[in-house]
Amino acid sequence: MTDSSVKAIAKVMDSVGDSAYVVVALIVLMALYAMLTQKNLLKVSIAISVMCSSVNMFLVLLGYRAGGNIPIHFLKGDESALMVLPTPQCLTLTAIVIGLATTALMLSLIVMLRKHYGTLDIDEIRRLRG
Amino acid sequence: MSRHLPAFLIMTPMLGAFLSPLAVMLGRTARNAVLVLFSLATLVISLGIVSATMGGNVLVYVMGGESYTLTMPSGMAYPVRIMFEIDGFNALMILCVAAATFAGALFSVAYMDRFSGWKRYMSLYFMMATGALGMCATGDLFNFFVFVEVSSIASFGLVAFWRDKPEAIEASFKYMLVSQIAAMLLLIALGALYGKYNALNMAAIASMARGGTLDKIVLALFVIVLAFKCGAFPMHTWMPDAYAEAPAGVTCLLVTVSQASFYGLIRICFSIFPGVGGAVVPWILIVLGCASMFFGVMMAVVQHEIKRLMGYHSISQVGYMLMAMGVGLLAAGGAEGVYGFKAMTGGIFHMVNYSVYKALLFLCAGALYYATGTRDLDRMGGLVRSMPWTAGMFVIAAAAISGLPPFNGFISKWMIYESSFAVHPALTAIAMITSVLTLASFAKVFQAAFLGPAKAALSGVREVPCAMLAGMAALTLFILLLTLFPSWFTSRLFDNAAHALLNHQGYVSAVMGGV
Repeated sequence: MTDSSVKAIAKVMDSVGDSAYVVVALIVLMALYAMLTQKNLLKVSIAISVMCSSVNMFLVLLGYRAGGNIPIHFLKGDESALMVLPTPQCLTLTAIVIGLATTALMLSLIVMLRKHYGTLDIDEIRRLRG
Repeated sequence: MSRHLPAFLIMTPMLGAFLSPLAVMLGRTARNAVLVLFSLATLVISLGIVSATMGGNVLVYVMGGESYTLTMPSGMAYPVRIMFEIDGFNALMILCVAAATFAGALFSVAYMDRFSGWKRYMSLYFMMATGALGMCATGDLFNFFVFVEVSSIASFGLVAFWRDKPEAIEASFKYMLVSQIAAMLLLIALGALYGKYNALNMAAIASMARGGTLDKIVLALFVIVLAFKCGAFPMHTWMPDAYAEAPAGVTCLLVTVSQASFYGLIRICFSIFPGVGGAVVPWILIVLGCASMFFGVMMAVVQHEIKRLMGYHSISQVGYMLMAMGVGLLAAGGAEGVYGFKAMTGGIFHMVNYSVYKALLFLCAGALYYATGTRDLDRMGGLVRSMPWTAGMFVIAAAAISGLPPFNGFISKWMIYESSFAVHPALTAIAMITSVLTLASFAKVFQAAFLGPAKAALSGVREVPCAMLAGMAALTLFILLLTLFPSWFTSRLFDNAAHALLNHQGYVSAVMGGV
């Protein structure tokens, strides 16, 4: 990235400020709402994926420092330059992998549910009661 | 060697998980040997850990270094290393998980013999044990999340193991929905903590947390999430389904996985945020506990399906532990330390008891299912003649869970009654009513399954194979030891664990150095 574009991004992020967290909170709430109201299993699984992504966004945001560079120590050059925090990025990578695994498993369960019950409607898949 | 026990604790079952597919290819003997030997090795290692933590020692193990911070040449210290921190309390939890893993493995050798899919079964089984052990051992919050997910994903697969049964898939899906929402909220909570304290290490956060607004919000999130995962009342619906539909050897381990979530809840309330939120958090635990206790047993009484019935009893047993820990936390903040300490010792005793007799009950239910091919109590009867060993062990476990003297369940429940009475007599009343109803429902199970005239349809039923009986006998032996030597266990292990929980400074200074 060129120096000018880094500065441009930093300027935008400065003016945005903490409102980025509001966006994350909105997405989390949207996902929760969809999970509670949707009847279609596929839509529920989409809501879960959206929630995973929003949490990942939250983690990346936590580590962001306006104008920061990539967090690789020996590439950074001069010691005074700002870099974004590395730990949240590692957390995000791990969380993405875990999210992928659960989404895949969830979709395969949905396929099997569809085979057994012939429907994706959450209200009709109710053999376990009481 | 003994310094590295915490690392071996995780490595052994994980190695077992990756060796399993190879062992299955080598034939039945190799398969059974790997399953039993690796779980036995885990049990031996966990016994070593318990003996190392006796007398108030804290084991700290940092992966790949001496200190949990990484110091750069420029002098900056990054708190990046993952570490395990084991005191008297986690050591007990680890022992429970390892014992259930071993018993479930012995049981599975014969129980799963007639099914295919052994490669996946064994790998997932060991992975689930790894996750639960890791949750109990870790001293790092993100690492805790990772182990939660390892054990959850493995257990989704195992709950849905009999995938030709629609109910199994449905139970697994329900469990997955609840777990995923819980896991995401957990990640948000620990991200927020990282944002404030720039650390994920539990002891480091504990040394910095002062009970600000963010701490309170995060604590509330943790309590909600971990109460979800351990099956407390309002979010309990996944629990009976998942417990009923999983193969019996797996259910035995699932019990301890939810115990590991309970451990996380207690660790966070006592060691990381002690006293944050005043009396609100303990009362939330007490109310959740009473509700789970009472509603769990009410729903269990009307069940006719043996494993679902036991699943509902699990909810009510979790209620006892939540209440005991809530009373302990309430007292830990105030001056009345005596009954608080008794409540905690009782709660910890009950946790150990619960893991053991609940695992045994699920194995008995599995044995009944194996022998008769049904889980419906109305279609069983007169089995005491054909299955005397199973019947005998079932009676011991049922007496223990119902709190009949002199069994271990009575001792731990009595400690909980005594201490909760000091907080409010109504708590003791609810706990006692629950205990009576538990006895009633297990008397019903025993009468329906084992007594009465033999049914014609069950005339060919024989006692289950020796390997299954051996798994059950291992747990029965454990119950009898706890029954016969309660004061030895209390003075050596449970008091030590309660001290470790209350000694929040000790937990912090074991990692951060003298405070």
